[in-house]
Amino acid sequence: MPQNGRTLFDKVWSQHVVVPETDDTPAILYIDLHLIHEVTTPQAFSLLRERGLRVRRPDLTLGTMDHSTPTVPVRNFRDLAIVGEDAARQVGKMQENCKEFGLELHGFDSPNRGIVHVIGPELGATQPGKTIVCGDSHTSTHGAFGALAFGIGTTEVGHVLATQCLLQRKPKTLAIVIDGELQTGVSAKDLILATIGQIGVDGGTGHVIEYRGSAIRSLDMDGRMTVCNMSIEAGARAGMIAPDDTTFEYLRGRPRCPSGAAWEAALQRWRRLASDDDAHFDREVRVDGSALSPMVTFGTNPGMVVPVSDAVPDHGGDPSFRKALNYMQMEPGKAISDIAVDVVFVGSCTNSRLSDLQQAAGLLRGKKVASGVRMLVVPGSQQIKKQAEDAGLDEIFLAAGAEWRESGCSMCLGMNGDTVAAGKLSVSTSNRNFEGRQGVGARTVLASPLTAAASAIEGKVADPRKYLEANR
Amino acid sequence: MKPVTRISSRSVVLNVNDVDTDQIIPARFLTTTSRDGLGKNLFYDWRYAADGSLNDGFVLNDPQFANCRILVAGNNFGCGSSREHAPWALLDFGLQAVISTEIADIFRGNALKNGLLPVVVDPETHGWLVDHPAADLQIDVRDSSLTLPDGRKVHYPIDTFARFCLLEGVDQLGYLQNNEKAITEFEERRSWKP
Ligand code: SF4
Repeated sequence: MPQNGRTLFDKVWSQHVVVPETDDTPAILYIDLHLIHEVTTPQAFSLLRERGLRVRRPDLTLGTMDHSTPTVPVRNFRDLAIVGEDAARQVGKMQENCKEFGLELHGFDSPNRGIVHVIGPELGATQPGKTIVCGDSHTSTHGAFGALAFGIGTTEVGHVLATQCLLQRKPKTLAIVIDGELQTGVSAKDLILATIGQIGVDGGTGHVIEYRGSAIRSLDMDGRMTVCNMSIEAGARAGMIAPDDTTFEYLRGRPRCPSGAAWEAALQRWRRLASDDDAHFDREVRVDGSALSPMVTFGTNPGMVVPVSDAVPDHGGDPSFRKALNYMQMEPGKAISDIAVDVVFVGSCTNSRLSDLQQAAGLLRGKKVASGVRMLVVPGSQQIKKQAEDAGLDEIFLAAGAEWRESGCSMCLGMNGDTVAAGKLSVSTSNRNFEGRQGVGARTVLASPLTAAASAIEGKVADPRKYLEANR
Repeated sequence: MKPVTRISSRSVVLNVNDVDTDQIIPARFLTTTSRDGLGKNLFYDWRYAADGSLNDGFVLNDPQFANCRILVAGNNFGCGSSREHAPWALLDFGLQAVISTEIADIFRGNALKNGLLPVVVDPETHGWLVDHPAADLQIDVRDSSLTLPDGRKVHYPIDTFARFCLLEGVDQLGYLQNNEKAITEFEERRSWKP
């Protein structure tokens, strides 16, 4: 019997096809929201200028500054000192470009500034059924709302600025079904790390992932964003979750969301987006959510991951594996809990939202960061910073001996002066443990906010569950 | 973009799996506002030791591979960040093609848009290439073939449209702009507006 059901992805894709694809030409796909930041746009604006083009839809373009911006605490944004002349020039260019082309930019003086993938949802610009792109691979984050969201290169940023469209071949679909109830101390981060470990860092190449199943449905929006954020770490350009009441409750009343009758109409449209029961996926993978533990990485890509209670595994003579362990100064058989920690970073578009900070603070409350460990907490946006301060989280972090910063990408990629020194080991809630990602020679262990906080207390990579059980 | 029809060169082999774009060009070099001059920072942390001296053990520093235009890389080359600075740096360094068993999606798209040719081959051919560095290779875009030194031809997949753009040296923006009418009509006929 032929299957006529359509997936969430099929529905969003087909609503945005301007010109269908043929053997000879890709589809022309319309883009509903173009997010821009300072690092991947200057060359695209130069191209526009060279060709005398304007931005076709300034109203569908939204800018922020996050990657090269400082996060040191200041009373007044005018006191912010940008690290490095090139970075200062780049930030200046972003301001110039947005002004010249008439684009909304959340610059230093905006209370809404923050990491591009945090502010899109926060402002309600990210909505179900939209196509969303950004010159940034973690654009997959926005798929948590049932949007089709993916990262593009700078040439394509130019295409979208000029035409609001992209040339795309239709990707394949991969269903990742995660059922079962997550155990105490196991979070969305652990779930996605375990999934990447299972399918591999190229397991999603050529595919758009749809995350399904009861474990996904029971996540709040912050958790869903954490999951979709890391789709690219499995090689998939996009990861999506069907919108439901959790999604709608999050969006209701956000500044860029419709209101009144338009909200009701949007709800009706959004409720039809979920994959049909008989929808066909090109591939399907199952993960048992109830069997998951807190996960950490031990190597130099996000697929090199084990439960925090395990030891560094052995892959024999595989040269790439050996190169990774060498860089990380790890030996097969070494217990994860014996890994000494120098730096703990809580932040990044993966885990810098309010509930991430609440989890870390909850575990740190009344405790101290181990001596010799530097802990940096960087909220994802100025809004989150404010919410966290209103809830007194900043005081918990400061009392524990951690640093509390302005928002930005910070130590996730070390472009703004926040770096991990060579040879030092960082437990980080970010998404990439690549060589040198957090600083030249820096060694990164990816973990959840709970695991990061527990590791800060112990000065070693630590299982957060014992703290949670003690508090019960 | 200059047309790309044929690349003839000896190969240089970097057989590491999952080479991410942070290795190809580390983030601290992304503060540039231009596309030029990135070649000097290509694979910076692998090419140079912490004190800035040349790392003699790294293959791209080996004089016998100077002027090689074809890089044979490990599986899943170009994963991670979407930075287009990665193909810009490879091209600026003088490389024109990357051969692997798998090339990450975003990197592949970025490479094609700049005239850097991504070539995906079967594991057997790849194994031969890894075992034979400095092999004289020919890559032809017209019939999407890779010719090995013994004359054997292997075909690689390439999107028809991308191949057309490479051969003609045209960029895709012009094609999109020619569809202006269709785009405007789409904006008008949509049942809901973003
Ligand atoms: S927080 Fe990290 S991963 Fe996210 S956008 Fe910034 S640099 Fe990229």
